Amino acid sequence: MGAFGHYLTGHLATLRLEFWSLFVGGVANGFLYGMIAVGYTLVYGVLRLINFAHSEIFMSGGFGGYFVMKALIGSSVPSGMATVGLIVLGIVVGGTVGALVATLLERVAYRPLRRRNAPKLAYLISAIGASYFLFNLAGKEFGRYSLSMPQPYINHPVFTIFGATVQLYYIVIFIAGVVMLFSLDRVVATTKLGRSIRAVAQDAETASLMGVNIDRTIALTFIVGGALGGAAGFLFGLGTGVVYTMGFVPALKAFTAAVLGGIGNLRGAMIGGLLLGVAESLSVVFVQAAYIDVVAFGILVAVLLFRPTGILGERLGRAA
Amino acid sequence: MIASFWRNPHARRLGISIVAIAVLELMTGPPGNSEAPTAGIRESFLEASSFFGLFRTARWVVFFFVAILMFAIWTLLLWKGSRIRSGISSVLAAPRAASQRRPVRWGVGLALLVLAFMMPHIETDPFWQAAMVEQIAVYVLLAIGLNVVVGFAGLLDLGFVAFYAIGAYTTAWVTGALPTPPPFHIHFNPFFAIPMAIGIAMLAGIILGAPTLRLRGDYLAIVTLGFGEIITIFANNLYGITGGSQGSNPIPHPSLHLGPIHYVWGLKPVPYYYLTLTFVVIFLVAFSLLEHSRVGRAWTAIREDEVAAESVGINPLKYKVMAFAIGASTAGFAGVVTASQSNQIFPSSFTLQFSINILVLVIFGGMGSIAGVVIGALIIQTAYSFLLHSPPQGYQPADLYMYLGALLVIMMIFRPAGLVPSRRRKREIRLSESGEGHMDEVLTGDTP
Repeated sequence: MGAFGHYLTGHLATLRLEFWSLFVGGVANGFLYGMIAVGYTLVYGVLRLINFAHSEIFMSGGFGGYFVMKALIGSSVPSGMATVGLIVLGIVVGGTVGALVATLLERVAYRPLRRRNAPKLAYLISAIGASYFLFNLAGKEFGRYSLSMPQPYINHPVFTIFGATVQLYYIVIFIAGVVMLFSLDRVVATTKLGRSIRAVAQDAETASLMGVNIDRTIALTFIVGGALGGAAGFLFGLGTGVVYTMGFVPALKAFTAAVLGGIGNLRGAMIGGLLLGVAESLSVVFVQAAYIDVVAFGILVAVLLFRPTGILGERLGRAA
Repeated sequence: MIASFWRNPHARRLGISIVAIAVLELMTGPPGNSEAPTAGIRESFLEASSFFGLFRTARWVVFFFVAILMFAIWTLLLWKGSRIRSGISSVLAAPRAASQRRPVRWGVGLALLVLAFMMPHIETDPFWQAAMVEQIAVYVLLAIGLNVVVGFAGLLDLGFVAFYAIGAYTTAWVTGALPTPPPFHIHFNPFFAIPMAIGIAMLAGIILGAPTLRLRGDYLAIVTLGFGEIITIFANNLYGITGGSQGSNPIPHPSLHLGPIHYVWGLKPVPYYYLTLTFVVIFLVAFSLLEHSRVGRAWTAIREDEVAAESVGINPLKYKVMAFAIGASTAGFAGVVTASQSNQIFPSSFTLQFSINILVLVIFGGMGSIAGVVIGALIIQTAYSFLLHSPPQGYQPADLYMYLGALLVIMMIFRPAGLVPSRRRKREIRLSESGEGHMDEVLTGDTP
């Protein structure tokens, strides 16, 4: 065994020790990535384009939640039902702001182009412009330093699993993530809205002939994706604070997750998010923390080059 | 009630005008800060929200009238728009026809060139002399470089800053300003870093392009976006190689000793201006020739219909990589100028925002139109320098990107081919909008 062998065995030993605590953190991040990734995947399903401005939906949800927490939480940390209520309120407000920004975005940056049947390049550029506009506007209005969110709870360890402590923050993310992703899955699979989303994703022209209102469906798709992205923004901000550039890196990773699971594939995006979160968390053992983003990006490039349809495959139109 | 209000076209126009002006008020109004994150919004809107408070500040009077003006102009355009447009185009017909004639084009180009060479003598203010290099000439160069990638080959590259950083760090490396000395023992002066930086940037373009340019256009955009970010991470963290966030050691100024010619660039910006201008002219001529060469036609063919291009024997990947490398070369050179003039380089100068800035210059001027891109870069960067020189109240340097982002959206909605459109590009967009042609294939891979 050479030097590399020693390097590897040493790090594998660390991995064995740290595995579960890293795993828990990874799953929590994974839920957040999944919640953002479904926004990419839904929009991709109906419009066949990457919503570059999704990161700013996430960011605005984070700020929405921040202002609610700031307004409602005084000097003492709330407990009990007040905590639960505040978290739910934060998620709702984050989601609402996210949905609102997504709607505006669709109205201003996408719909005029769609009316004109513009080439896809125009959509991409318009979305990039909207993204830059939004986050720099937030930077101007809310300052360019990170704001730490007033905490609705004391983040104490709740229980341990295989020696890894699970903190309250993670439990909040697990519960919120499971509830939201599960209900999204059901909404798309069973409701009338879900059916129209799937129909538009499959074949927009035929869907419109069958009486599906395409404009409305696309607007609702943005709302649904935006709500989840905004809620994820609040949950993310709860842990790390909010700042105008907070959307960029998580959104790039969520996009990776969406591609990893197969873009256009709803369950793929969720699974991709979890996988990416865990993979990136475990990679801390092998590389310096500063390079985590490089690992995620490497995964993106590798998936795009070797399996561009993702793990579950692009299921355009079938799962939306 | 709101829905019926919204359906009334006049009310709708008025509503949109007011919202647009309200957003403009937010953009230009007082900024907030991290201690009081809502101060800007409050000062812009809430403190003036009561009816009597509405006109309390002069800003509001101005903005109210601007909103009414916007509404009026909009209504006028809807009413007489086609007549105004045909009037304008009949007035512009003669200059437009003249601009197509080759002698006129050469004449105007030459006149502009002479003006560009005279510029440092006309404007002697030190701020503007520095801005001419740092904000204008370098950006014109970068814009014509990115135009090769975005305009000619139709590839959306959001990581252009990577090649600029590579050029700058190469300069620092060969002049011995990085912790890692170059493998040869002579420390070059930055003048000789120019060919090396251009070469290494091109090489990086090939290395990055060869695998990623197989991807569809929208994936390419996000991969290049990530690449631009990764370069910053590496520059920030590889202390032993790049000096980390502390930046490089001082980089010497370039000097040229070639036979009888001896020249030393110093701290003054003007000599750098001439150096950059020389290269701008070289690249301009090269890219104009390239546009109409076999390679340029291959790019057009790939951009318009990749499958058809492939079927007549054009290897798309080869030409795309070529576009990437050629575009990268200008960024590499720009990196040399920046590094050698500013004496020291920091990872924080090579951010994603920079790539977007260059992209805006290309989109605003007109993708694929060299004249347009130069004009676009001149307009935006001059405006930016004005803002830098005498910032209006409440303006912070970082707000620039907000305006640029808004400009991108507005251009895409109203004038997707840019200020001075390339005729070919304009036609492609029009055809694509009417459902003909396959311009989108490059981007989406949706082969029918």
